[in-house]
Amino acid sequence: MKDQIINLIVDTLQEMNQSGEFTYETDTIHGDTPLYGGIEGTLDSLGLVKLIVAVEQGIQDRLNITVALADQKALSQTRTPFRNVHTLADHAINVIGMDAT
Amino acid sequence: MSAPITLITGTRKGIGQYLAEHYLRQGHQVIGCSRTAPDWQHENYCHFLVDVTDEAAVQQMFAEVRRRFGGLDNLINNAGIAAMNHSLLTPIATVRQVLETNVIGTFLFCREAAKLMQVRRKGHIINFSTVAVPLNLEGESVYVASKAAVEGLTRVLAREFAPLGITVNTIGPVPIETDLIRGVPAKKIEQLVARQALPRLGKAEDVAHVADFFINPASNFITGQIIYLGGVN
Repeated sequence: MKDQIINLIVDTLQEMNQSGEFTYETDTIHGDTPLYGGIEGTLDSLGLVKLIVAVEQGIQDRLNITVALADQKALSQTRTPFRNVHTLADHAINVIGMDAT
Repeated sequence: MSAPITLITGTRKGIGQYLAEHYLRQGHQVIGCSRTAPDWQHENYCHFLVDVTDEAAVQQMFAEVRRRFGGLDNLINNAGIAAMNHSLLTPIATVRQVLETNVIGTFLFCREAAKLMQVRRKGHIINFSTVAVPLNLEGESVYVASKAAVEGLTRVLAREFAPLGITVNTIGPVPIETDLIRGVPAKKIEQLVARQALPRLGKAEDVAHVADFFINPASNFITGQIIYLGGVN
């Protein structure tokens, strides 16, 4: 399941990159790609909002599940779950309530 | 150029139905919703049975809109309910019902519509207030509070959605002959109309004219505004 979610996030990043939303080097988009927060995070707050909306729509399209990835609990965590693709995937799996294996 | 896709809430009757037919005449693909089915239809009209306060149902509806139409150009948050009573006689159940439909329903549709609109970096959202807000109309405390909240939402969402290319504005109609004011005593309506600079009842076309202005592409520099009809301010 985690691979499926990681692929979804990577695909979403690629699409948004191609449409000019983000400015990642294409070959740098993978599971460890930094997203938001910390020293390495490259997205600003609006970029993060757009990414989360797109990932939520992707989950709806591919898994037919409606999710809210940025609820109050997620936003109040000391270590943001939106640090990189891996942590976002873990967070999504947690929200969906699926087994990560 | 493809037809604009316009979603209007509360289209079963009244102003919602008028606006739906108004934009159908202009060649829009119109999507409407209400809790019960309308008794009218059109080849370019798609209706959803949905309660605007039901988050899951509304999300499902927008997912279907995205699948079927690929996006959204305009949202007109027309659905709303009124409650006319002295505050001392107003049950909390009524307060909750009015706030849920007018505030939560409006917020929910703004949120979901903006998710679709931001993909194309353009869109227009129109909310509904009332002249009862600036007139501080006695006997309508809950209704006025709910619409004041809609005005606040409009101003904040206008700022939040501006970087996404989406405008958010509000129309504040005067009383119009619809079911919404059917239960209001005639004398009360007369008193209210007398406080307007232009003392007459409103018409659905008055509302449509302001809506036309807000969704016109030339109005892309106009957001966070509340336009009251009848010369009220």
